[in-house]
Amino acid sequence: MSLVFAGIMSHGPGMTARAERADPAVREPFYAALDRLREELERSRPDALIVIAAEHFANFFMNNMPAYAIGMADEYEGPIEDPEWLRIERRTIPGSADLSRRIIGKVMESVDVAYAEEWKFDHGIMVPLNFLTPRFDLPVIPANINCQGPPLTPLSRAYEFGRAIRTACDAAPERIALIGTGGISHWPATPNSGKINTEWDQEFLRRWAANDRSALTSYTDAETLRDAGQGGFEIRTLTAVAGACEGSSGEVWFCEPIPIFATSGFAAVMNLNAEARAAA
Amino acid sequence: MTLYRLQKLLYELNRDPRVQEAFAANREALLSEYRLSKEEADAIRSDDVGKLYILGVNGQILMHFAAWRGLAWDQYIQAMKDALAKHGQVRAGIYAAVEGGEGGAV
Repeated sequence: MSLVFAGIMSHGPGMTARAERADPAVREPFYAALDRLREELERSRPDALIVIAAEHFANFFMNNMPAYAIGMADEYEGPIEDPEWLRIERRTIPGSADLSRRIIGKVMESVDVAYAEEWKFDHGIMVPLNFLTPRFDLPVIPANINCQGPPLTPLSRAYEFGRAIRTACDAAPERIALIGTGGISHWPATPNSGKINTEWDQEFLRRWAANDRSALTSYTDAETLRDAGQGGFEIRTLTAVAGACEGSSGEVWFCEPIPIFATSGFAAVMNLNAEARAAA
Repeated sequence: MTLYRLQKLLYELNRDPRVQEAFAANREALLSEYRLSKEEADAIRSDDVGKLYILGVNGQILMHFAAWRGLAWDQYIQAMKDALAKHGQVRAGIYAAVEGGEGGAV
């Protein structure tokens, strides 16, 4: 089989932790877009969901920081944060060590990826799962790109990581869904939390939906830091999803700034190739 | 180099209940294992989240440490704003304030 679904969404902890403080006129259509994303995911009847995330020092630290890592366990736990703070109950999330091992083996043919048989999910994965698989019953394969501790992997390599994941999915008999999650512009966990560069976000998502590889990978880190904040480094996760869908273009369903969530709320999907759709 | 060890202490406090217990039982003994500068150790001793921000602790580490120390969201943001006014710009790392720390949704 192959990739049966590919999308991207934001993951700010405020989406669950401070939901009531967002303007309902923006929050409700945002949650409706996430619900639509969940429905589209369910319609694709996936056997497993790969989440490309940018974790925040839940598992990986500067003593041994992988540029890319993929989980290889039969179960994971999360959230690592205080469940009352995040307002997501702590639980065990199913994985698939067998499928992970095959995916990792294939990805390794072109990208040197680390594997992890132990992984605690933080808000970067738990918040998307809370909206997309609210029963937490779909096997998850977590993938991480270091977006926090420089030096960071170049954007061109993030795109290649996505291409490698696609090749691996194409080689597996399972039906695999893919979600990329990270902020676009944002200055989280600073006094400026809530600052958002809406124009930059819209331009990034335009490039993403067009799957314009050279435009997506042309941002320098200095430009991203200046225009999109240190949170903008997380575009690597979204760029990887574009790489997994090279040759396809996408649609942006929602993107509006929600300052109390510290980022724009957004949801977008790639229209996968005709064969995948016919098989679905 | 001491910033690395300071962040490692907070990283481990955020994820390991045994380190949290050691912190509660004998804070000084735990601090001595990490060989922090006096300024860093004092910031931990006084629960000064704002000062830890100025010293360059990565925001994603500090956000959860602040929650664990009982700071509500608005208190945490305000602690960073107050420390910025008192001590000046963040000294290291990628979480520097912009525009003087103005704005933002508190």
